[in-house]
Amino acid sequence: MSDPVSALNHVSYVGITRVEETGLQGMITLRGDLSSAALGKAVKAATGQDVPDVRRVAVDGDSGACWMSPDELLLLVPYAKVEAKLAELNEALKGEQALAVNVSDARAVFRISDGPTREVMAKLAPVDLSPGAFEPGEIRRTRLAQVAGAFWMEEDGAFRVICFRSTADYVFKLLSVAAQPGSEVGVF
Amino acid sequence: MLTLRCPYCGVDADETELAAGGEAHLKRHGPGSDDDQFHDYLFTRENPKGVHLERWRHVAGCGKWFHAARCTATLEVFGTYSAQVYEPPQDIKDAITAKRPGWSWREFS
Repeated sequence: MSDPVSALNHVSYVGITRVEETGLQGMITLRGDLSSAALGKAVKAATGQDVPDVRRVAVDGDSGACWMSPDELLLLVPYAKVEAKLAELNEALKGEQALAVNVSDARAVFRISDGPTREVMAKLAPVDLSPGAFEPGEIRRTRLAQVAGAFWMEEDGAFRVICFRSTADYVFKLLSVAAQPGSEVGVF
Repeated sequence: MLTLRCPYCGVDADETELAAGGEAHLKRHGPGSDDDQFHDYLFTRENPKGVHLERWRHVAGCGKWFHAARCTATLEVFGTYSAQVYEPPQDIKDAITAKRPGWSWREFS
């Protein structure tokens, strides 16, 4: 059997910040009633995190839970464990009005680090990224230039960006252009 | 640029993150209605200069539909509210009345 490969296979670019595709990440889309106790317990068991509040994200390494909409979460799990976690989730959610789907291979994940990362992201999304307005722990679903994407900030100031796999090449090129040398704006 | 606050995720979303969904609070006239009612349901739309109630969708964000009350002449936004209502809630009506006394829009005022 062939090995699974991420959309751009760890491609990277270094300009005013470092842009890299982080490789395979297990992702489960979970829709349901986010206030339900059974769902909360299932999320805790799968990711080690509580159900996040509105627009909040809790990620530790390659496990975590991201708020996507009032009835949707994105669960991050290690890629190798995704099928097992999904089976556990479905077992725990039996009888609940909920749906969990493995979307790992439908997405691509980028990391923007080392340098004016806020600036690079602010060039691409209609979001106030000034310190105080956007801080680690918050997730924003928005658009990146012309395509849908979501991102959150990590404690060290790096950004994680998730987009659809079909637009991974476009998003990588966008991020690379936004990070090209000499393109600092210096607003933040 | 129009900026609307999505009532579901609470972000101030600019127009490029949203999709316009046309007029709000349309009453569907389906089977059993007469031709005039069905014609009005399909084709007759408000086109006011001033207070207007609209549907919007936070398409690049949480993906949810919501309602917005705004002024078509000044682009002033009076407020946004849930999609699961048949008429604007009282606080939205009050906010419009504060800025545009004597306003009316279809059967609401």
